[in-house]
Amino acid sequence: MITIENISKQFGKLKALDHVTVKCERSECIALVGPNGSGKTTLIKTVLGMVVPDCGTIAFNGKNITNDWLYREEIGYMPQIGRYPDNMTIGQIIDMMKDIRKSSKALDESLIEAFALKDLYKKRMRTLSGGTRQKVSASLAFLFNPQVLILDEPTAGLDPVASEILKEKIIEEKQKGKLILITSHILSELDDLVTQIIYMQDGKLLFHKSIQQLHEHTGELKLSKAIARVMTNKVA
Amino acid sequence: MKKIIKYVITDILRNKIVIVYTICLLAVSFSVFSLEDNTTKGLLSLLNIILIIVPLINIIFAAIYIYNSAEFIELLVSQPLQRNSIWMSLFIGLSASMCIAFIIGAAIPVLIYEPTITGIMMICVGLFLTVIFIAIAILAALQTRDKAKGIGIAILLWLYFSLLFDGLVLFLVFQFADYPLEKIMVAVSALNPIDLGRILILLKMDVSALMGYTGAIFRNFFGTNLGISISFFVLILWIVLPVWISVVKFNKKDL
Repeated sequence: MITIENISKQFGKLKALDHVTVKCERSECIALVGPNGSGKTTLIKTVLGMVVPDCGTIAFNGKNITNDWLYREEIGYMPQIGRYPDNMTIGQIIDMMKDIRKSSKALDESLIEAFALKDLYKKRMRTLSGGTRQKVSASLAFLFNPQVLILDEPTAGLDPVASEILKEKIIEEKQKGKLILITSHILSELDDLVTQIIYMQDGKLLFHKSIQQLHEHTGELKLSKAIARVMTNKVA
Repeated sequence: MKKIIKYVITDILRNKIVIVYTICLLAVSFSVFSLEDNTTKGLLSLLNIILIIVPLINIIFAAIYIYNSAEFIELLVSQPLQRNSIWMSLFIGLSASMCIAFIIGAAIPVLIYEPTITGIMMICVGLFLTVIFIAIAILAALQTRDKAKGIGIAILLWLYFSLLFDGLVLFLVFQFADYPLEKIMVAVSALNPIDLGRILILLKMDVSALMGYTGAIFRNFFGTNLGISISFFVLILWIVLPVWISVVKFNKKDL
């Protein structure tokens, strides 16, 4: 569904992405893991077209995404730090997004209801806590029923109740056959979600394996332990 | 694209600076015209305000607005929208609201008191300067990520166009006083939209006689229809070039 080929990106002296090649298929739930600054967010942003890679190509459903924008209709993106215009209210932001996307598909407002955001519709974005912002970001990502969900640290800052709601929602969408890309540092949380792991370090993609392969390779059943083993041995 | 323009304009109107700007312009225009018996004198006083204050307000407001919209831009870029149309909508939204402010604040009083060709020329120049300085501001704001630096650059650009440029020109004229520079001066004036606007209005006011030989050369060039057309073409270039460069840069920008 998403084919990333030989992508490189340099920020000044820092090589954020170094010849990364990945293929992501439908109805997978892929975890992007790696230490801070390993290029996970940059990789996500190149897929969204927010960062323009220096070289390499990205294809979405077989179509090159450079100079294309309509493919983003099929992507729901939840940023790591949701930044919204300060003087707009939650309601205005959600209405604006609906207005701009004008999607013909049925809207999925289940998260807005589950997070009880309707009660906060009149609140301005600058008055919101980090967790409430995350709830808004999550609701917007799922709102348009996209084929692909890209979630950057989805549960960071959410309280246990909210993060449980979000996790259930992710599982539900996975079962509908959607492609889900998650980055997270809380590996224990990913255990019951993901089917594949992409491990990145210093802008390089070290491995892309299914969970079973990883278990066989490391002999560990818990994801966190398996990854820790990989990180300390640096062998894949 | 229309929708984004709508959101930009409502956002600008919600922050009340544009309304205050309109009221200030309106107050200045009416007081200038009612202070003087001779409306041409009033027009001359208003000319200085339009040539100095309008570019200043527009360049600073537009630069700050672009920086404050960073979140809005980031939000839109991840949506199924073309980058060109996001950036053009910001530019058009800013230009439209500032032009409306100028029309209400300055154009209407001018048309009431001095509905002559001079008055209309002044309105045109004012509108052009409004859009030109917004175009320059959005380019300056795109160039630097640092807000303080970007706004500083915007202020310096204004200083350059309204004061330093004239100083440089005077310096050159005095240094090369022995050479016939008059024709070159016509070309040099195209490098500064404020100067170009000033010349266009002054020549319509018949005060060019005061400017001596250079004035006569200017009159020969800018007085003709061809000269006026070329000047307006240059003014349009002053809008198109910065906007075009900024669109190209925005398409390659990492957010």
